[in-house]
Formats: sequence, structure tokens, C-alpha cells
Amino acid sequence: MKSIAALIAGALFGLGLAISQMINPLKVLAFLDVLGHWDPSLAFVMGGAIAVTLPGFALLKRWEQPILAPRFQWPQREDIDLRLLTGAGLFGIGWGLAGYCPGPGIAAIALNVRESAFIEPFLFTAAMAVGFLLWPWIDRLLSKRPQK
Amino acid sequence: MTEFTPISALIGGAFIGLAAVLLMALNGRIAGISGIAGGLLESSSGDRSWRWLFIIGLLAGVVLHELIRPESFALREGYPPLLLVAAGLIVGIGTRMGSGCTSGHGVCGISRFSARSLVATIAFMITAAITVAVVRHGFGVL
Repeated sequence: MKSIAALIAGALFGLGLAISQMINPLKVLAFLDVLGHWDPSLAFVMGGAIAVTLPGFALLKRWEQPILAPRFQWPQREDIDLRLLTGAGLFGIGWGLAGYCPGPGIAAIALNVRESAFIEPFLFTAAMAVGFLLWPWIDRLLSKRPQK
Repeated sequence: MTEFTPISALIGGAFIGLAAVLLMALNGRIAGISGIAGGLLESSSGDRSWRWLFIIGLLAGVVLHELIRPESFALREGYPPLLLVAAGLIVGIGTRMGSGCTSGHGVCGISRFSARSLVATIAFMITAAITVAVVRHGFGVL
């Protein structure tokens, strides 16, 4: 049941990414290009999402437990450190370079039903997977460095 | 250059929000894509099946949209593959280091009133805008 729930949530998410054109890197870059011919559409994607998620989460905070799982796994961390800022900053650089963030990068693979030779999302996703795999190793390197 | 499309952006965003609320209400999990996808590649992660199904759903959602509204936008051509690979690598490392991306921090985090997520969102928005400004207007690429 949990897997079916994830499948349905994933499908709604993918549909949302397609309807809003988040999976179109030109649309994303046009949003990020504040000095150029700026297209503010993607601010409305985030606005539309938060307009649903904010009251939805407020309601769920009052529930004892989720429907199919023993407990809610709300993120616990609230600290703002250099790692958060560096990581988010790096992510922004990658996002601005290609116009893909993780969800759209993966979801855009499905655009190959239209154009079978559309290689962009495969390249991006494969490189992102390598980044995911490299992270624990980089993390260890950073942790080994003596702290001042 | 793209057209301003506030209505489809709002509707698409609402679908994304609905997905996030549903995943939390049913499975108690945050719909953060870098976390869901990154967890698939962690040796310690035990719960892989729902993660895979979420990703399959993500692809199915786009296929469904392609069936209903084929060619709703033109696919990009001629983007340098090397830049894509570099971008993917940076996004992979950055989202793990910063524990989230546009969905986890930007949508779910802000909706939980998390200061950590708000700061992360502002940080990646700023560096993304600077990157586009430098690459597009500074170097004239893209």
C-alpha cells in the first residue's frame, strides 16, 4: 500500500512538473534570468505548491500518525550552518547552469516518449547520481580536516 | 525566450503541493526529490521500494501529460553536454550537502515554516540567478 501511495504521489508530482513546464529548462532559465527577458512564471509554480502544502501540512501536524505508516518523518534539523549554505549555493550554481533541478531532471527522461533521442535528462540525471555517490566520500574528507 | 504562463504555473504548482501533502498524509514522508532519489544510492537505506515507485510515478505523470498535451513546449537543442554533466554533478553534491533542493527546501520546508529551508531556498535562488547572469550575459553562452 505504501508503494502504491508513493506511485500516485509521484505521478501527481510529475504531472505538476509537466503542466507548469518545470521540466522545460528554457522556461526555468527564463525565470532565473532576471537581467534578461524575465519570465516570472516559475514563481507561480512555487506559490501554487505552497498554497496547497502549507495548509495541508498545518492540518497533518494535528494528526497522530499518517494513514499507512507508523509515524510522520518531519525533518528535525533547524540549524543554519556553513554546510547548508555551501550546499544550497552549489546546488543553485548547477541549477542555473543547466536549468534542471533534481525532480525535473529525472522527470524529463519521460519526454523521450516524444523525442526518443532527447539525451539531456539522461546526461544530467546520470551526472547527478554520480554526485550523490560522491557525496559520502567528500563528506568524510571534509570531516577529517582538523577543525579550528 | 518564453511566454508568461501564470495559470498553468499555478495549476502545476498545486499538483506538486497535492503530491507533497498526499505523500506525508499516507506515508509520513517529505516529498524532497534529492532526498528520495539520493536515498536510492545510499548503502544504508532500507526503504527502496517506495522510492523507486515514486520515481516511476514521476515519469508516468510526465508521460500522461505528453499523451494529453503532446508537444506543449519545444525541447531544447544544442546545449553543450559537458555543461549538463558539470551541472548534474554540482546539483548532486550540492543537494546532498545542503540536505535538499527546490522541492524539499523550497516547497515542503517553507510550508513547515522552517527557517533553515527558507535560508537554503534564498541561497540557491541567488546563486542560480547569478550563474545565469554570468553565463548568459557575461560569457554570452546559451
